Amino acid sequence: MNPMIDVRTVTKRFGSFAAVDEVSLQIRAGEFLTLLGPSGCGKTTLLRLISGFEEPDAGAIWIAGEDVTGRPPYRRNVNQVFQSYALFPHLTVRENIAFGLRMQKVPAVEAGRRIDEVMELVALTGFEQRRPAELSGGQRQRVALARAIVPRPAVLLLDEPLSALDAKLRKSMQLELKQLQRRLGMTFVFVTHDQEEALTMSDRIAVFDRGRIEQLGTAADIYHRPQTAFVADFVGEANVLRATVSARQGERIDLILPGGFVVSANAGIVPPQARKVTLSIRPEKICLTADRTDTGGAVPARVEEIVFQGATSRLVLVAGADLRLVALVANESSLRSALAVGDSVACALHPEDLVVVGWE
Amino acid sequence: MQALPTAASARAHARPPKVVGWLLLAPLLVWLAAFVVLPLLVLLVYSFCQRDDLGRVVFSFTWENYERVFSPLYLRILGRSIGYAGLTTIICLVIGFPVAWFIARQTPARRNRLLLLVMIPFWTNFLIRTYAWIVILKGEGLLNALLQYGRIIAEPIELLYTPFAVLTGLVYAYLPFMILPIYVSAEKVDGSLVEAAHDLGAGPLRAFSSVIIPLTQPGILAGVLLVFVPAIGMFAITDLMGGAQVPLIGNVIQNQFLRARNWPFGAALGVVFTLLFVVTYALAQRRRRRHA
Repeated sequence: MNPMIDVRTVTKRFGSFAAVDEVSLQIRAGEFLTLLGPSGCGKTTLLRLISGFEEPDAGAIWIAGEDVTGRPPYRRNVNQVFQSYALFPHLTVRENIAFGLRMQKVPAVEAGRRIDEVMELVALTGFEQRRPAELSGGQRQRVALARAIVPRPAVLLLDEPLSALDAKLRKSMQLELKQLQRRLGMTFVFVTHDQEEALTMSDRIAVFDRGRIEQLGTAADIYHRPQTAFVADFVGEANVLRATVSARQGERIDLILPGGFVVSANAGIVPPQARKVTLSIRPEKICLTADRTDTGGAVPARVEEIVFQGATSRLVLVAGADLRLVALVANESSLRSALAVGDSVACALHPEDLVVVGWE
Repeated sequence: MQALPTAASARAHARPPKVVGWLLLAPLLVWLAAFVVLPLLVLLVYSFCQRDDLGRVVFSFTWENYERVFSPLYLRILGRSIGYAGLTTIICLVIGFPVAWFIARQTPARRNRLLLLVMIPFWTNFLIRTYAWIVILKGEGLLNALLQYGRIIAEPIELLYTPFAVLTGLVYAYLPFMILPIYVSAEKVDGSLVEAAHDLGAGPLRAFSSVIIPLTQPGILAGVLLVFVPAIGMFAITDLMGGAQVPLIGNVIQNQFLRARNWPFGAALGVVFTLLFVVTYALAQRRRRRHA
């Protein structure tokens, strides 16, 4: 099947700075794709290139099988939910939502029906005659959403639409957005710097850094199999470790961590000549045992800090001068109740949980 | 919704006692009474008076002055004044709006520099600037010389002392008063609103008429008032650049006071004229309130 959006080696420069640097990306029809990255990484610029507010310096953008490069935004079949919502302050809620249909010259009866429908969909019925200034942040967000989906665009672009909401509302809106997208079967391209938001909502995530896509994959892919140290560190929490290759047996490599601890990992795509590698392991993947005698392959460490986080506790572990690890322990576990700051523990780093994210 | 009660309570807390408020207002009230209310009352009283042969005001009641104001001759002059002022306002709006919008869309540093350029003419005396226009427009002036040099015309054309010269002078004098209030409104318009309009399928014209105009309407109204009202009464420009060709209401009033020495009639003209402003302003205010 043809992609809904086809970004073909697009470059966008501001002065000499390449905000988007030879990016290629295919977005499938009906997919919820998230562009994730820190601020200034180029994710918003890519969104604006798709919506037509920016034109690429090189490359082409295709939407629904048509080359739209050079087409102004009002001739592209995409709509955007703006970060600031950009609701028209001089129009009522209903007039705001009707704006796109008016521009498309949709007959009044059909327009009325579609507006009623979408207002019910986003639970705004009864607010028709309000002005944006008389709404709460969450309600404004819904108006912006309704306004953008009612013209039935091929793609809905969302530029950090939840960043202005408080944490609780943000959580519920994440689920609502995801449900809405499934119900409409519409292609959503969602921009965020919040990795948790990206993991919760996306079918696929494109992790951006410095104008390039670092990794493209499902939420589970990105989380469990990060391909670069940046992805490992940016998405979720990760222990990023430097190690020296000591031996290689087929798919398995033996590695020496700072302090002389020996672990092994899956070789994956690490080339044979690699001498040093960068490893990533998620805090919850570190298996702790309070056993102080038998360290059979596990790294002995001392508990330096315990931070209560609700369901879990975050442990900072010191295993020598150059090796610190962060681990998560369930607060309900017997291990947690047995541990105190200053205790010794053994940390087992299983080969399947150690992901190689770089080498030299 | 949430912001409203807090803002209201903040105002309630900040409100000083009534006496302090009046004391702070006192200088302004005295000033207004002495230089606005009192002169207007004098004007009103004079407008019902008569004058003797030497031009002194005689305090005996008459409607005569008002009858004269509403005679065809003066109504025609008033109509012409409104016409010139209206045309000036429209030209200022057409030139001033794009300028104001353009300045408002620049980076803050460039905005200030461009605004300075708009205001620099105010540093020179108004009469001197008007004389500069005479130098430009007169028969052997700059513009004619340029046109002849460029072989666009063979003989100097009559520019000064024409309706064209009067309009040029009026537009030149009042353009900043159109640009500045529109700029203030335009600067507050969030650029993403225009983007949202484009995004929803509005081309440049539709975005302009359905988003930009409504959002800058307060500035447009203020600009129209600031240009139209004083332009009706302007007499210096019409005197200097129009010669005696196109007397407007301002010239007539000035003449009644300074040359004809008919203060009561001048006062009557002034009162009618002031009422005209008040009505225009009230209409504009009503429109603005409806908009808000």
